[in-house]
Amino acid sequence: MSITEILFWVLSTAAIVAALLVIFSKNPVHSVLWLIVVFFAISGHYVLLNAQFLAIVNMIVYAGAIMVLFLFVIMLMNMNADQEPTKSKWMKIAGVISGGSLTLLLIAALKYNTATTGGEEAGIGLIQQLGKTLFNEYVVPFEISSVLFLSAMVGAVVLGKKEKNIVNSDIANQ
Amino acid sequence: MPINYYIFLSVCLFSIGIVGVLTRRNAIIIFMCIELMLNAVNLLLVAFSRMHHAAAYALDNSTLVGSEAQIFVFFIMVVAAAEVTVGLAIIVMLYRNIHSVDINFLNRLKH
Repeated sequence: MSITEILFWVLSTAAIVAALLVIFSKNPVHSVLWLIVVFFAISGHYVLLNAQFLAIVNMIVYAGAIMVLFLFVIMLMNMNADQEPTKSKWMKIAGVISGGSLTLLLIAALKYNTATTGGEEAGIGLIQQLGKTLFNEYVVPFEISSVLFLSAMVGAVVLGKKEKNIVNSDIANQ
Repeated sequence: MPINYYIFLSVCLFSIGIVGVLTRRNAIIIFMCIELMLNAVNLLLVAFSRMHHAAAYALDNSTLVGSEAQIFVFFIMVVAAAEVTVGLAIIVMLYRNIHSVDINFLNRLKH
């Protein structure tokens, strides 16, 4: 067993166990922390697949920025107490059965493959090569995604702003 | 590594995300499960990129086949970041109005 295979199995086990703990832990803060563990395991997989730039971006953007945003929102709402009313048992059983059926179906449909991910490669995952591709062939989608970011920013500010007339009517009602 | 292993890992992570969306009631946890599904797809795209690149490199050692998939993963991350920003703003707004993030109280669009 080579070092790559050992690392693959360790990272896969960590990712699946942490993903299960995300959906089964009661406390939302614990869920966020386990999701960060999943993202780090997936970053490790990217390194194994020679996609070093994506590994770093995954760590910075997902584990760094997005998860911190989730933690902020959860702590803002003071939800670290266990106050979630549980769904009925039958709904949970139905959800697990349908998820398991989807797993079985996809695995049964996709298991006949003989290709491997090994072999020589020319370093396409490095930032130099990806930057050349991004700014030569994909420059228009790149600019459009900057417009998307701008609109998302404006949308978040508009949604998060306190609505003045609602607040005033609340005060008037009291 | 056989590509099958990566397919199975991604399918498992994606299904765990789906089970989370179906069984949890906290809107924020549902959002996190959607992030988990997006990451499973990203992992599979990177694995396929490596597979195609290795196959093309055996024929021509100056090829850049496969870098498109990694650009695609990059754009998925961009869209996910924008989506999380707007989604969390909506959840915060709902929490301010009904003081709960339980999705069973969020059914006012039905009426």
